[in-house]
Amino acid sequence: MDFVTNNILTLILFTPTLVALFLLFLPSGEKKLLRWTALLGSLIPFGFTLILWFSFNKNIPGFQFEDQSLWYEAIGSSFHLGVDGLSLTMVLLTTLLTPIALLASFSINERVKPYMILFLLLETGMLGVFLSLDLLVFFVFWEIGLVPMYFLINQWGSEKGEHEIWGGRKVSARTYASFKFIIYTMAGSLGLLLAIQMIGVSFGTFDLTQLFKLFPTATQLDNIPFNLSLETVKAIAFWAFVIAFAIKVPVWPFHTWLPDAHTEAPTAGSMILAGVLLKLGAYGFLRLVLPLYPQEAHQYAGALAFLAVMGIIFGALAAYGQDDFKRLVAYSSVNHMGFVVLGIAAAAYAVGSEDAILALNGAVLQMFNHGLSAAGMFFLVGVLYERAHTRNLNEYGGLFTLIPIYGGILIFTSMASLGLPGLNGFISEFLVVRGSWPIFSMATALSMIGLFFTGAYILKGIKKVLHGPTNEIWIGNIKEINFRELIVISPLIVLMLWIGIWPAWILDVINSAMKMLFG
Amino acid sequence: MQFPILSVIVLTPIIAGMLILLIPSDRKSEVRVLALGAAIIALMLSGWVYFNYDISVGGYQFLERYNWLPELGISYFVGVDGMNAPLVLLTGIVMFTGVLISWGIDDRPREFFAFLFILASGVFGVFVAQDLFMLFFFYEIAVFPMYLLISIWGWIKTREYAAMKLTLYLFIGSVISLVGGLAMYFKSGLNTFDMIQLSQANFSESFQIFWFPFVFFGFAVLGGIFPFHNWSPDGHVAAPTAVSMFHAGVLMKLGAFAALRVGIMLLPVGAEYWRWLILVLALINIVYGAFIAMVQTDFKYVIGFSSVSHMGLVMFGFATLNKEGLTGSGMQMFSHGVMTALFFAVVGMVYDRAHTREIGELGGFSKKMPWVAVAFIIGGLVSMGMPGLSGFTAEFPIFMGVWQVQPIFAIIASISIVITASYIIRIIGRVFFGPMSEEFDHHVGDVTTLDKLALVVLCVIMITIGVFPSIMSGLVSSGVDRILRLFGGA
Repeated sequence: MDFVTNNILTLILFTPTLVALFLLFLPSGEKKLLRWTALLGSLIPFGFTLILWFSFNKNIPGFQFEDQSLWYEAIGSSFHLGVDGLSLTMVLLTTLLTPIALLASFSINERVKPYMILFLLLETGMLGVFLSLDLLVFFVFWEIGLVPMYFLINQWGSEKGEHEIWGGRKVSARTYASFKFIIYTMAGSLGLLLAIQMIGVSFGTFDLTQLFKLFPTATQLDNIPFNLSLETVKAIAFWAFVIAFAIKVPVWPFHTWLPDAHTEAPTAGSMILAGVLLKLGAYGFLRLVLPLYPQEAHQYAGALAFLAVMGIIFGALAAYGQDDFKRLVAYSSVNHMGFVVLGIAAAAYAVGSEDAILALNGAVLQMFNHGLSAAGMFFLVGVLYERAHTRNLNEYGGLFTLIPIYGGILIFTSMASLGLPGLNGFISEFLVVRGSWPIFSMATALSMIGLFFTGAYILKGIKKVLHGPTNEIWIGNIKEINFRELIVISPLIVLMLWIGIWPAWILDVINSAMKMLFG
Repeated sequence: MQFPILSVIVLTPIIAGMLILLIPSDRKSEVRVLALGAAIIALMLSGWVYFNYDISVGGYQFLERYNWLPELGISYFVGVDGMNAPLVLLTGIVMFTGVLISWGIDDRPREFFAFLFILASGVFGVFVAQDLFMLFFFYEIAVFPMYLLISIWGWIKTREYAAMKLTLYLFIGSVISLVGGLAMYFKSGLNTFDMIQLSQANFSESFQIFWFPFVFFGFAVLGGIFPFHNWSPDGHVAAPTAVSMFHAGVLMKLGAFAALRVGIMLLPVGAEYWRWLILVLALINIVYGAFIAMVQTDFKYVIGFSSVSHMGLVMFGFATLNKEGLTGSGMQMFSHGVMTALFFAVVGMVYDRAHTREIGELGGFSKKMPWVAVAFIIGGLVSMGMPGLSGFTAEFPIFMGVWQVQPIFAIIASISIVITASYIIRIIGRVFFGPMSEEFDHHVGDVTTLDKLALVVLCVIMITIGVFPSIMSGLVSSGVDRILRLFGGA
């Protein structure tokens, strides 16, 4: 037991990799064995996370369960892990969603072994971002996550659809989407990479606990080209960080990779993409941008709030305009993540105030909530697609009478996504709006337009799928949601309801972390 | 007297080569077994040297010295430090994997392995030589068999042209360096070719500035520096698989290493004077090489030009003349050697089965040879500098080093990362996935177990260095510290 508590972060981080290595030696024909091994293996980090959650003391400021060992001495980078309330929440989300997504992928029948291996490696990549306290190690995991996701979309993505690229050549939609995803994100990370290099050269360390003290107060940086002033360089570095994270969130107008990637990814891939990968960007804002660049963040918070509101409004409008059910849900992510960014922008502007803490609470809880509801929505879209083999909203209609249980679950999850009071989305969106109203009144007011259209597109989805005249081709052709799928969705439903009714169990942890970090 | 391990490493391949020639030409399997045995011995000994080099002591170790022509100050003098120990290991690895994947060579395997092993001896010799004359001696031994290997076993369409072009380029380069080396010999007045003594000769500033370009660029031709890189893609493409692996994996490092060992370490003032030129040329290598690679339609040319781009990073790191940059260069030489050996092995495996290298005609090979596809993907990720693999741990310090010299250069060079990613992803998508043409579907089979073994060895090394960079960086930076002392720094 001592061994577990002493190395718990390392265990959480690398158990998925070990399970993936183990899978490598299993016979690739034994699909059942592979699926169950992957699922049970992914429950181990979840178990460790529960231990972590209950032994975490939310009243101690700073990082807990820290673990530091040498990694790359020559350039001053060490393998430094640690959690606080913020990362703990995200680790919980990741380790919870991964087994759920793996269970959802039991319907994958082709090349099960590489699929499961990639999925588990993806989990390690995501957890590494949340757990690392070294800038370089953070970047390492940040980039590693791209590779499995690329192959999941490229190889197991939807098989239909073509996309015309320049030159009039046609490529399959999943090839296009996966390429766009990886190049967009890699190019976006270039600035981050260069800024990290600049920081490393100037301070000789990548350790975040030290950089949090050194960097914001630095009075000089080494090797500034063209005799630029310190402020300019820091501002450029700030935007380099912001763009890398904004692409991942995604903040309008850097969101264009998202609808393609989400739509083409396999169901479980979309669940993780929306559920966890988008949170990496928001987490980057909270963990790195605000603590490292408090002045710049304050200075440019207005611009960020503007982009967030644009994301909220246009995300909702774009979602409303879709006829493809999965694309509708994909755009809803742009809309919902906009609230996260709005909260962050408000907090960046009024650091330390009561409102800022409220907004941050809302933002972090919204990250968690969106993780639940987006994963749920993508799963339900996937369930329907597996039965109907179409995602076109106009081809459904009146399915409620045919598949009532599915219908009920879809309505429930949609309502959580919409922000119905009593369900989780309401709490977090209310906190964001309440927190940012005194800080950015105009922007918050405008974001209400987006909220209105959120209602509109959610209802559109429900209406087109479940209500209206029954499309006769589905009579006798569509099966009710099965037991495995119910198991997948039920933990999400329970959590949505639980957070909606009694959010204190998670808000306590988030709130004390936000107070210590930004109070 | 201690066991002369370096001499054994240098001589093992050439002795094995001679023995192979004694075997009757119809007994091909004996030839292969003997070749493999020699390669395993060389690999194990070079691994032993790598892991037994004592970092806490530092300096040159495993020294051996025998007078050869004392009147002229020439001696057989070998030793390793932190900079060349990884390269010796690299040569052992490439030799071992090269023999494994050449198992199927049916056209005069006896002569093939003999020439390949003479080449290997030359390469080992250059890496460990501490005597300038010996270095040139081994250098020529390494370059010459290349001509025969390419022109006899190479790709029939371009082999004569490529072999001639390559050999002439490299000979001219080495002659220019030789002139510089002789100038140092006479100017020093020490009557010795011993590089450790020559480095203390205190050449005048004007002497160093005048002769540095001769020495450095003469060797850098083999390192593929712009604008003298032209021979390399042609040579890579025309060479048979194992030779391409050797060529890109090890020989290009030979040029880069000799440029460092002779040029920068013996003429430090010259290096400081000319570093800006090297930086600019290396930057062109990196970005231009990546762009050219992107538009190639021949699989092997893509890899050839990607080597030009990656070798640019090595030179880039050299020219920083600081700890991070040089450490990165040392790591990059090793990492790129392993990676590019893997690439050429994969290209060879695909070509042997498809008989074409046009990217547009290939497709779907992951179904037929999944191991090869996975290996190429891992190599590709190394090539695009994906963190967690050896490419990142080598390139990141180089960029940090360049950042200290001139951030703008680092920013421009970083473009190449995205370009590399785009052409690697394109190849993965077109060659290994996508539809497979009818014709290949019938006759393309999986690779042999030996091929798989070679690929696994190379992949494991790249992942290990990526995850635990300290197993190499400590050694390399101990070598770098010694170089920096020449510049008055620590």
